[in-house]
Amino acid sequence: MGSVKVRNVSRNFTKDEDTSTLALDNVSLEVEDKDFVCFVGPSGCGKTTLLRIISGLDKPDSGEVYLDGTRIDSPGPDRGMVFQEYSLFPWKTVIDNIIFGPQMSGKKKKDAIVESEKYLELVGLQQFRDSYPYELSGGMKQRVAIARALANEPAVLLMDEPFGALDAQTRNILQQELLDIWQKKSITVLFVTHSVDEAVFLADKIVLMSARPGKVKEVIDVNLPRPRDRTSPEANRLRDRILKSLLKEQGH
Amino acid sequence: MTKNNIHVLKDKSVEIISICSAIVLWQIIAVYVVGNKFYLPSFTDVIGALAEIMSRDSNLVIMGLNMQLPMLLVDFFYSMMHFSIGLIAALVIGIPIGMIMGWFRTIDRIVDPIVEMVRPIPPLAWIPFAIIWIGLNPFAAGFLIFIGAVFPIMINTFTGFKSVSRVYVEAAKVLGCNNNHELIRYVAFPSALPSIAAGIRIAMGVGWMCLVAAEMFGVSRNGLGYQMWHFYDLHRMEFVLLYMLILGFLGLFIDRLLRYYIDGKLLKWRKGVVI
Repeated sequence: MGSVKVRNVSRNFTKDEDTSTLALDNVSLEVEDKDFVCFVGPSGCGKTTLLRIISGLDKPDSGEVYLDGTRIDSPGPDRGMVFQEYSLFPWKTVIDNIIFGPQMSGKKKKDAIVESEKYLELVGLQQFRDSYPYELSGGMKQRVAIARALANEPAVLLMDEPFGALDAQTRNILQQELLDIWQKKSITVLFVTHSVDEAVFLADKIVLMSARPGKVKEVIDVNLPRPRDRTSPEANRLRDRILKSLLKEQGH
Repeated sequence: MTKNNIHVLKDKSVEIISICSAIVLWQIIAVYVVGNKFYLPSFTDVIGALAEIMSRDSNLVIMGLNMQLPMLLVDFFYSMMHFSIGLIAALVIGIPIGMIMGWFRTIDRIVDPIVEMVRPIPPLAWIPFAIIWIGLNPFAAGFLIFIGAVFPIMINTFTGFKSVSRVYVEAAKVLGCNNNHELIRYVAFPSALPSIAAGIRIAMGVGWMCLVAAEMFGVSRNGLGYQMWHFYDLHRMEFVLLYMLILGFLGLFIDRLLRYYIDGKLLKWRKGVVI
């Protein structure tokens, strides 16, 4: 199970006594189990902050977050996270990176390896099992990061612009792969992106956020059939609508 | 095999010619320009001294066992003992202190002013207190080497821990690694290891430099540094120069050995990083 409930969450960043930024203002949101939700909004709208609060890495000033009815106040293996920066431990091989989570929850190394092989297979990197991260390309690094997050068998996968640093082709391939994984593992995915194209291709629901203070402006249901065509007229119409809404948000 | 050796020789021809020319130049200057063994012993004088040293024996006493061994080996053994005492103490004390200073801001604020006060004191300035506190034994020499080695290790460990990338720490937290002990053990320490290793290399260099002085003040009747001073007292400068060269070569050898081990085994994952 992986239903996420965000209730009246506010987060204020104080620089010094006078200046502070209200990153999130009274945000409420409900995500159902097995949903693929994308967060889109102008930069500085607090979408990453919201994701970090759900992950437990950041704490809200007020409000609370629930995962399947349990309140979240610290990071935990029930929520996997993939970062925008390359976050693989460079001193560990690919397989050792993947078993890090299971090992932390007390599994023996041998058992953890046996179980983790299937995640390596899921992202198609068996032949790079014993390579170090420096030997991998950007796309491969993010694939391993996804496998590492999945190895803990989380209910929710949090992704903070995971494909932001990749080139367009790799990005498209990885989006498709992510969809396959999501369907296979049937988990909830919360995905932050600044790319409307990406959101339209991936999401069941798109959460459109407004900037300063960050608020949920609109939740759009994406009713396009899967597998999706990136350039179908319906997709284009939806993209157009979201882009216009974003432009308005930026004051143009 | 022979073919291979010849190939290596060919590859290194410039370096070999350079060293040979330096030796020839040294010999010419020593014999024809200076012409005094006391001021500048020649290359052949040093080789003669080496041959003489090799034929001398000395006694090595460990755990009641009295062994008759070549003098050079005994001196080497004593020097390595002094060096190891200092270096091991520096590792055991420097790494943990550097770690907690780098990880906990408050401890950094408490310890840092003290470290910064003590650190600029030259290691050799500790000689009087080393004698008074510890006495004339190998541990006093070890203490001086410790003083020289501990700060580079401590400071590099500290820097390594300070510059652990936030994304690694956060990734580990999300993966279920949540207390300080685990984060230090599984994330901060391996991430800081290149910096710690660099610190150890610097520390070994500084410690080696302290060795001669540490053996000067009579902590034992053996050791490469001690022997060098002993021959100075006898005005046998070719022996002094020989011991200088041995100290230099050993320092180089130890550094290379460490580098080979660190780069080849410990920091394999950093291959491809331009240093």
